[in-house]
Amino acid sequence: MSKVQVSTSINEETIEFLCEPEQTLLDVLRENLGKTGTKEGCATGDCGACSVLLNGRLVCSCLVLAVECQDAEVTTIEGIATDQGLHPIQQKFLEHAALQCGICTPGYIIATKALLEKIPNPDEQTIRYWLAGNLCRCTGYDKIVRAVQDVATELASEVRDASPEAQ
Amino acid sequence: MGSYAYVAPGTVAEAVAVLQDHASRNKRAQVLAGGTDVLVQMRTMDREPRTIVDIKTIEEMNRLDIGAEQTYIGAAVASAILNENDTLRGLFPGLLEAAELIGSTQIQGRASIGGNLCNASPAGDTIPALIVNAAVCVIAGPAGERELAAEDFVTGVGTNALAAGELLLGIRLDNPSAKTRDAYLRFIPRTEMDIAVAGCGLRLSFDDSGICTAARAAIGAVAPTVLLVPAAAEALVGSKVDDAALAAAGAACSAASSPITDKRGTADYRRKIVAVLCRRAGAIARDRALG
Repeated sequence: MSKVQVSTSINEETIEFLCEPEQTLLDVLRENLGKTGTKEGCATGDCGACSVLLNGRLVCSCLVLAVECQDAEVTTIEGIATDQGLHPIQQKFLEHAALQCGICTPGYIIATKALLEKIPNPDEQTIRYWLAGNLCRCTGYDKIVRAVQDVATELASEVRDASPEAQ
Repeated sequence: MGSYAYVAPGTVAEAVAVLQDHASRNKRAQVLAGGTDVLVQMRTMDREPRTIVDIKTIEEMNRLDIGAEQTYIGAAVASAILNENDTLRGLFPGLLEAAELIGSTQIQGRASIGGNLCNASPAGDTIPALIVNAAVCVIAGPAGERELAAEDFVTGVGTNALAAGELLLGIRLDNPSAKTRDAYLRFIPRTEMDIAVAGCGLRLSFDDSGICTAARAAIGAVAPTVLLVPAAAEALVGSKVDDAALAAAGAACSAASSPITDKRGTADYRRKIVAVLCRRAGAIARDRALG
């Protein structure tokens, strides 16, 4: 079967690619497009290492066919930092040493971004349930949870400072 | 060995035509909703190339209508969308807690109730909850639409009642009256993300004096298919759903089960735990209906 042409937006850039019908979004990101920040762990949706945002929703890119991304908006770890520097989530993961081998980290960063966009001030239980689909075999999770709590506090105070009442 | 193909029909009629065409040529086609089962199957136990028919591009498959009398959930509506809907949670708390139990946040963003039903696992969490709510499966096929009760949809382990060329469009539910509510509980060895060792859903209705006037109970992961247990309902109707009535309903669930022993639990354990789940879920449904 011939390859399929797909036009999609990845990190706000329009990208066209050719892929096999059975290739996953994860395969295409890594193998066709060279975006290797998204990691493959289990490839069966259990570990969350391949987490990306698809039309704003957190998904495992190993459970999405690349052909499904026609006209979609995909956000990968490569789209998180800006020219000004690391995203606050990335910065806090560094400060709290919330990573060791690093394979799970891109997935955690993406999942944390999705969490904080939906629930800006999550308690520990909410964080642990929300991130239960991301497995880390190094850290024991505690430092990850603390990094997420810290960045939530920081982003909340930024929002407070930026609000008209605070000025 | 053929090769994979992907089609994204724009309408239900196109989807049915693709499925029918494949069936008539003895070629394999598989419907794709959220893909949380299909893609895993493609990678592991079932690598045979086939045509993937993506139904998410069809507007009708994503329809979620909560009316005054009835609710309709399109077969491709993701669990996350259901769980974000407070009106739906008020009407069918048991169905939503069943949907919410399936997988991580990532899975929730894609997995659908329609897919859970079509996948036809004995342990599918939403299936008991659909059955106790007397859900009706709306099916499209070459001969038009037909309807089937949820308890008749799953025909065996991994098999369903869809004929060649047919497609599950969605689920229709009658909204419950004020003193009717559902509940679903399952047991897994940890708190998140596992497959049910046993599950039990109930929907209970009460009159103004707190007597149970109607009941439905269904058990999961303890038989080749999810089962409706009329004897459990009979044990509850006419009672105040007190401890004695719940114990009788639990015993009826145990008696109706025919579990296997596997790595998640022994048959004896499953038979016992399904009664516990029935008692607890029954108490939750009662408190919701009367609360």
